[in-house]
Amino acid sequence: MSGQPGRGVRRRLGSAAPAGPHGSHGLRPVDVARLAIAGLCGKPVRAALSALSIALGVATMVAVLGISASSRAQLVAEIDSLGTNMLTARPSSLLGAQNATLPAAAPAMAARIGPVISVGAVGAISASIYKNDRIPAANTEAISVEAASPDLLGTAGGHLYRGRFLNAATSRIPAVVLGSDAASALGIGQPGTQAWLGGQWFTVVGIMEPVTLAPELDRAALIGFAEAAELTDQPVPPTGLYVRTDPQSTGTVGSVLAATVDPASPQDVQVTNPTDALEARADASSALQGLLLALGVVALAVGGIGVANVMVIAVLERRGEIGLRRALGARRVHIGIQFLAESSLLALAGGGAGAILGGFATTAFAAARHWDAVVPIPALLLAVGSALAAGAAAGIYPALRASRFSPAEGLRTV
Amino acid sequence: MTALLLEGVSKYHRRGCSLVAALRGVSLSIGTGELVVIAGPSGSGKSTLLAIAGTLERPTAGRVTVAGRAVHQLPDGELSAFRAARIGFVFQQFFLLPSLSAVENVATGLVYRAVPAPCRRAAAAAALEVVGLGHRLDHRPGELSGGECQRVAIARALVGQPALILADEPTGNLDSTAGAAVLALLTRLNAEGATIIIVTHSPEVAGSVPRTIRLRDGVVEHDTASRP
Repeated sequence: MSGQPGRGVRRRLGSAAPAGPHGSHGLRPVDVARLAIAGLCGKPVRAALSALSIALGVATMVAVLGISASSRAQLVAEIDSLGTNMLTARPSSLLGAQNATLPAAAPAMAARIGPVISVGAVGAISASIYKNDRIPAANTEAISVEAASPDLLGTAGGHLYRGRFLNAATSRIPAVVLGSDAASALGIGQPGTQAWLGGQWFTVVGIMEPVTLAPELDRAALIGFAEAAELTDQPVPPTGLYVRTDPQSTGTVGSVLAATVDPASPQDVQVTNPTDALEARADASSALQGLLLALGVVALAVGGIGVANVMVIAVLERRGEIGLRRALGARRVHIGIQFLAESSLLALAGGGAGAILGGFATTAFAAARHWDAVVPIPALLLAVGSALAAGAAAGIYPALRASRFSPAEGLRTV
Repeated sequence: MTALLLEGVSKYHRRGCSLVAALRGVSLSIGTGELVVIAGPSGSGKSTLLAIAGTLERPTAGRVTVAGRAVHQLPDGELSAFRAARIGFVFQQFFLLPSLSAVENVATGLVYRAVPAPCRRAAAAAALEVVGLGHRLDHRPGELSGGECQRVAIARALVGQPALILADEPTGNLDSTAGAAVLALLTRLNAEGATIIIVTHSPEVAGSVPRTIRLRDGVVEHDTASRP
């Protein structure tokens, strides 16, 4: 009978009375979650508003990361569709020899390497092209005039916008093919037009589309090697090789290409794979992306401060509840955990909503540009995780305050 | 068996630079199964006495034994566990959580005893049945009258089967009819075996119970049990 309530009440409370052994004390984790949900449901509008700022921060972060990932995936897909099996060989610029050229036999030597499929060559000449003969000589529009072999277009993966590329016949007559930028700089949109090149009239026979793997061709005017030799009164040596290889052997070809095209001084030949540079550029995060990401972090921090503010107010408003819970047997740590769980849950809800919002924003942006949307899972986890961290950090101070109230104080002040 | 034993209990509150005495050497003993009213004007120290008996406050001096356990020197964590297991509270302001239903409010009384939720709910429903609110399980406090709210609060104090139920002005916020009903409920629970201490300044409540302890200025002025 030691201090138990009477048999009558106990009998009427029946077998449903708490089964836990006497002295069993504590707060089950599932009950922590229940308390947090119930606490937030007490003031739903306030909870929703303070979760909103967290959601905006997370949405910004997810959208920035998602859009840049989508854009990168798109670029890599484009590059892959062009093929990663093209190499270029140029006289090395490290020696500073501006007139350095490749040996005249370089294209033929390169073509003799087993896995090489095709070789295109260009040879720079010192001539300029103008729309007509009345343009001042200084207005070159930075267009380079180069000799080009007929194989160049196919090897570099280029396409013609209009007209035809150089062939064996047009390589011997005053015919020119314009890169896309060169054509628009000259104001020439149709093959058949005449252009003033190296002091004589040339006929434009073709205009190229932009060449992704060889953007240097976009601002070039290409004429045949034979015609170039006639124009400059001397044979034109190659200054650049474009080599398309068997896809499995690109690396092998790359390692022997320099020695093959210039056995006398292979160190003067620079071999590159243009797709490497393009992919590196796709990987590089832009300054704008960093700025937007920082904006998201700032929004998240502001949201966290908002949550802390709301929780401090809630603790003051709920002193009665805190006192009651202490009277019901809650330890200080139980009170602290309850408020910490509320702020964490608030931030987690905001973070989840923000992640969904950011995912939608990425999808909409990608759809508008006809890309495939890519929302990286690590970015989602990072964003939601940082929201949770912000919420937990925001809850520390209010939780400490709540846990320090003396129970009698809380019950008296209402 | 004593449910509550106070021996020379004093409590001083710090007000600025001076100490104010709320209790001055109170000694009293309340047995299991008793229904006792602690009465007195405001400022007599009766609320402090209730807080000390409920282990919400520690005495400045003296010994407090609740249900056979000396509690005046227990650390905070053990006191919390002791409260969860052995003491039920009823307050003038009810302190029901407005967003929870009646049965959820009552079940809150078992949250800190690590009782699983379904058991809590069943026990809470049974306790509400005992106080006559078996038909109001899912009503929120806002949908209940003051008297019903206080009965929910009594069910919450009851649900853990505590050794001692402490009621602080349980009829203070109620009209006379509802107050009388609550008092009748407490009397009935006592008749069924519960040990109940009621703190009040209402003479009507004081007159309706077997034993009244009257406090004035922090000392026991009168105890009907010590009458010859």
